[in-house]
Amino acid sequence: MTDAELRAAVLDSLAEVAPEADPGALDPARPIIDQVDIDSMDFLDFLVAVAERTGVEVPERDYAAVDTIDACVAYLAGRVGEPA
Amino acid sequence: MSDFCMPSLGADMDSGIVLEWRVKPGDRVKRGDIVAVVDTSKADIEIEVFEDGTIDELLVPVGTRVQVGTPIARLADGASPPSANGGGPPPEAERRRISPVARRTAAELGVDLDAVKGTGPLGAVVKADVERAAGNGAPVPPPTPPETRPAEPEGDRAEAMRAAIAHLMARSKREVPHYYLREDVDMSAALSFLERRNAELPVARRLLPAALLLKATALALADVPELNGFWNDGRFEQATGIHLGLAVSLRGGGLVAPALHDTGRRSLEELMESMRDLVRRARAGTLRSSEMSDPTLTVTNLGERGALEVYGVIYPPQVALVGFGRIAERPWAAGGMLAARPVTTATLSGDHRASDGVTGGRLLAAIAAKLQRPEEL
Repeated sequence: MTDAELRAAVLDSLAEVAPEADPGALDPARPIIDQVDIDSMDFLDFLVAVAERTGVEVPERDYAAVDTIDACVAYLAGRVGEPA
Repeated sequence: MSDFCMPSLGADMDSGIVLEWRVKPGDRVKRGDIVAVVDTSKADIEIEVFEDGTIDELLVPVGTRVQVGTPIARLADGASPPSANGGGPPPEAERRRISPVARRTAAELGVDLDAVKGTGPLGAVVKADVERAAGNGAPVPPPTPPETRPAEPEGDRAEAMRAAIAHLMARSKREVPHYYLREDVDMSAALSFLERRNAELPVARRLLPAALLLKATALALADVPELNGFWNDGRFEQATGIHLGLAVSLRGGGLVAPALHDTGRRSLEELMESMRDLVRRARAGTLRSSEMSDPTLTVTNLGERGALEVYGVIYPPQVALVGFGRIAERPWAAGGMLAARPVTTATLSGDHRASDGVTGGRLLAAIAAKLQRPEEL
């Protein structure tokens, strides 16, 4: 997957858990939870949606590495296509 | 023959609007089947039937507001369709015999049953008759579009929910003499248990601390059943099951607290799955009537972005509410040593008519103790 595809996957996943947010309008460098009203269950659902789209399961210890949209895309880019 | 009445889906509901019927006369239903969707001021709720039987008649058209307790459908007992021989008092003389399948088929094909000639036993209209009528080009009325309530601006719904919350919470604070207790709970054991478990699991099966908090509360409530139930007519009625209400904040404001049925009897995995399902449906507005009416004690969990502690307002007729604040690292003194530990503050709001502080304190102590042994949850 290209970076653009990964970014689209991240934004679509975010739109799925927070339908009232406009993911395209978010600052990709700021923490997602500071900009969108999501709780820990929504965040889990977000990661489930990301995993469905990209095949990448973000382990719990790496949650801090996917806190912004940019960070999330970079993280996925480093792992997509690897065997789970 | 029995009446199925508009159920009360919480102390704040005195009437509801039938938005949709999911059954029609002749349909067989089992206890727990969804028969209708009702608009309470807080949400659209799927209404479940309380007993097995056959729908004999729908008494209330879609779009009608009726008071709680008003019969909205008539149910024939047992499994036999109402048109069968010997099934209760004879209906009006000109009533035609129509098999349930024929009714269903007619509805699907848009066939007017009055225009169908019955060829079944005793002249009953059977499925084949309906199909024949449809094929023959019998007069087919245009399919009636499902009746809907007039489009409601988002604002009205939010306003109605605010009004419902205002009404119930004001009533609680007016009538219920609350007492409040607090207990700080060391979450080290619980969090390392979760970390170990979750490390091996795909995202979709990971547990959140909320699952442990709910399970611990449900198990503790089994030890202190004096807080599990309702204050009705001047006395406490202990509930038979433990169905924790889960306070769910809705996007765009408002709150509902539907029941997680048999909370203590579910595994952590099941609990987590049910929680996710319940939160999703609460936000989508597709809760079921039993989820609205069954909570025996409500839990409000502020989560990782919430405040440190919460002293909640009891949902009448429940007699207690348990709150959990954000889990945060705090100084913790134990065994003469001071250390930084993840801690949550558990609180209890109790109805002093139904219990005293001693009882409330026992519940909090039991919750704290259970959270120290997460592998037993």
